[in-house]
Amino acid sequence: MGRYVARRLLQMIPVFLGTTLLIFLMVYALPGDPVRGLFGDKGGSPQVIAQLRHQYGLDQPIWMQYWHYMKNMILHADFGTQIASGRPVTDVLGDAFPVTLRLAALAFIIEMVFGIALGIVAGLRAGRLTDNAILLFTLLLISVPVFVLGYILKVIFAFDLNWLPPNVNDSTNVNELLMPAIVLATASLAYVTRLTRTSIAENLRADYIRTAIAKGLPRRRVVGVHLMRNSLIPVVTYLGTDIGALMGGAVVTEGLFNIQGIGGTIAQSIVRREGTTLVGLVTILVLVYLLANLLVDLLYAVLDPRIRYA
Amino acid sequence: MRGAKSAKWVAIAAVVALGATACGGGGDSKGDSKAAVDPNGIFSVESGEPQNPLQPANTMESYGSLVVKSLFSQLVSYDSAGKIVMVNAQSVDSKDNKTFTVKLKAGWKFHDGTPVTATSYVKAWNWAANPANKQTNSFWFSDIQGYDQVAPAKGKPKATEMSGLKVVDDNTFTITLSKPMPYFVYKLGYEVFSPLPESFYKDPKAAGEKPIGNGPYKFVSWQHKKQIQVAKYADYKGPDAAKNGGVIFKNYASPETAYEDLKSGNVDVLTQIAPKDLPVYKQDLGSRAIDQSFSAIQTIAVAYYTKQWKNIDPKVIQGLSMAIDRNTITKTVLNNTREPATGWVAKGVLGYKPNVAGDVTTYNPTKAKQLIKEGGGVPGNKISIQFNADGGHKDWVDAVCNSITNATGVKCVGDSKADFQADLNARDAHQVKSLYRSGWVLDYPFIANFIRDLYGTKSDGNQGGFSNKKIDDEIAAADSAGTLEESEQKYQEIEAQLKDSMPSIPLWYYKVNAGYSEKVSGVKFNQAGDPILESVQVTKK
Repeated sequence: MGRYVARRLLQMIPVFLGTTLLIFLMVYALPGDPVRGLFGDKGGSPQVIAQLRHQYGLDQPIWMQYWHYMKNMILHADFGTQIASGRPVTDVLGDAFPVTLRLAALAFIIEMVFGIALGIVAGLRAGRLTDNAILLFTLLLISVPVFVLGYILKVIFAFDLNWLPPNVNDSTNVNELLMPAIVLATASLAYVTRLTRTSIAENLRADYIRTAIAKGLPRRRVVGVHLMRNSLIPVVTYLGTDIGALMGGAVVTEGLFNIQGIGGTIAQSIVRREGTTLVGLVTILVLVYLLANLLVDLLYAVLDPRIRYA
Repeated sequence: MRGAKSAKWVAIAAVVALGATACGGGGDSKGDSKAAVDPNGIFSVESGEPQNPLQPANTMESYGSLVVKSLFSQLVSYDSAGKIVMVNAQSVDSKDNKTFTVKLKAGWKFHDGTPVTATSYVKAWNWAANPANKQTNSFWFSDIQGYDQVAPAKGKPKATEMSGLKVVDDNTFTITLSKPMPYFVYKLGYEVFSPLPESFYKDPKAAGEKPIGNGPYKFVSWQHKKQIQVAKYADYKGPDAAKNGGVIFKNYASPETAYEDLKSGNVDVLTQIAPKDLPVYKQDLGSRAIDQSFSAIQTIAVAYYTKQWKNIDPKVIQGLSMAIDRNTITKTVLNNTREPATGWVAKGVLGYKPNVAGDVTTYNPTKAKQLIKEGGGVPGNKISIQFNADGGHKDWVDAVCNSITNATGVKCVGDSKADFQADLNARDAHQVKSLYRSGWVLDYPFIANFIRDLYGTKSDGNQGGFSNKKIDDEIAAADSAGTLEESEQKYQEIEAQLKDSMPSIPLWYYKVNAGYSEKVSGVKFNQAGDPILESVQVTKK
């Protein structure tokens, strides 16, 4: 087990280098210059533009820029400086990350609890009315675009019923985060439900379930331990990769509910060609993805006794 | 579980039912209430995260400059008609329009208690002009004598201080320009010309995070990506003292969310209304809706460096201009958020005159066709208009193109660039294929800002390569005029001639579409389209 983890951790290094390099090159390939962009329609003094370009190393060849960036990041945990504001990227990350973490965590809990619960109910009653109703419900969730759903929820719960505030003004307030978290969770929730349902329905017919029932185990134990543990493997795989998607892919939801998180910051950095900020943010997301995947793989062994890591 | 499920069904039913009749909402609005005013009341303004640190010479975009404007006062300011008002200056006098003597009002203090002196100004300007300090607005000092020594176009700087700035005594200093400029006083109203306290130079970076100014408000806190708070500065001596207790600049990701928050009472003043809400905001807000013009203009500029336009007869461009149905487009596509332009200078600027362009900006398909024919036709019989796709310009560009094609038969397509950065890039690199969208918001409310800074051969704002010897000469003559009035008149004459050379096609003036909550009153906007924060009054609860 220890050796397996060590090997996986080592494998992350080339993946990490590859992704950062790719993103760096992609930002570089975009037309537009972050320093020139600061001046807009009016143009600026060439001296100041030259000074700024020099300060941020934009006058150097791309591979030199990448080398300096990686060196600072790995040796000093320095993710560079945001060009417009002059603030360290780590500060910018520090502002946006807790907000996104809270939102993603809340969405993740909603998606996990409701998704798995609905999936189990549907799976146990496969083919019956409840199953079909849940199928319809999840289909609806998948097919409605996020911004439509967000807007509908806002109209109902914020404007008509006045139960929840329409937008997030204070990201530590769970009440305010609830609606965006629900919107963010819906699509994934539907997938979790469908995965769980299929897996449960299939494993219900497995030999070991018949054995367990034949042994005279109570139904609660058959379903809760024997069935669920084995059925959750595909669900856990999905949930693992979804953590990353919840954090980085919430641009629309964040914009809709005025959440100043990672998604919006990434979108803004692209618009402003802030290469360093962008690479810093995405690097963190890449790390989150890699770690989540590792955790998922390790969880396999816990869930399914047949899987062993040497 | 059963209960939860049925609750869900109820919710779905509700969603379906309400979805069919969505957009039923809408606020009940009352007029300005006459309730008592709380002089210490705090209100909030919709804003965003400033791009730059809050240093006066380093903020160009609107979010940052709104905050900086509240924290710093300059020597002068201007009123809604474009007339100069003295603020920190007692007087700004000049005999030859080249050397200006500035006398400060005595007794002014920065928010940290240190006095505002002539040195506070001179030192701040020298610091900001120095390229080593990388202030984005440093070129504003280029009119001052000695700027080319501090920031030479090539090579190392030869000086760190501009020779044109001299401190006479604590409350007096002189500004000498490299050449006379009758309207230089107007430039002094811009934030770039703010004074800085001594403490600034110890750590400019920290000062950009916690600015200390001399303005009507003092800085309280900046929670990044969330809000900035400023409070009334009790010892403020200027004419524009705050009538409220302070302002919170709230960060909004989009105007849509801000509008929702206005309706639910979470924000008090909006500076813009999203396109989605424009058709309904006047009904929603009643008398609390704001719809006024400000000094900005949208034009279609001509890329004169291209083969297509290099030796064109201006008649062709006049013809294109007359083929655009401005009235209909502003009314329909643009939802009345713009006002058809009748000249090259925007409203609210000293020197503005209506109908300067004459019939060139009037829709007249027959004459348009005729003019284009007389001018030898559009080379290739096809034009394109470059714009940035992230600015909401596509709709009107398409409408303008349709209007031109229908009226004259000239093929016209929009040339979309992914975003503003890519758009600027193409303009700077002289890669615009035919025509391009070009907007201009005033820097100072004098006519020169819309003529000299856009159509002079060497101006920063002239990105289309327009060059006309006669206009350059006349600009030089207007700049060396004896008085402000004379200069204004000369510039008006230049504007009147622009229709003979057509450096660009004026489209329309911008309007401020904004609104405010029931908690505040007295909300007004200035020429730059920014809310005047000091005059906002908060109603007692």
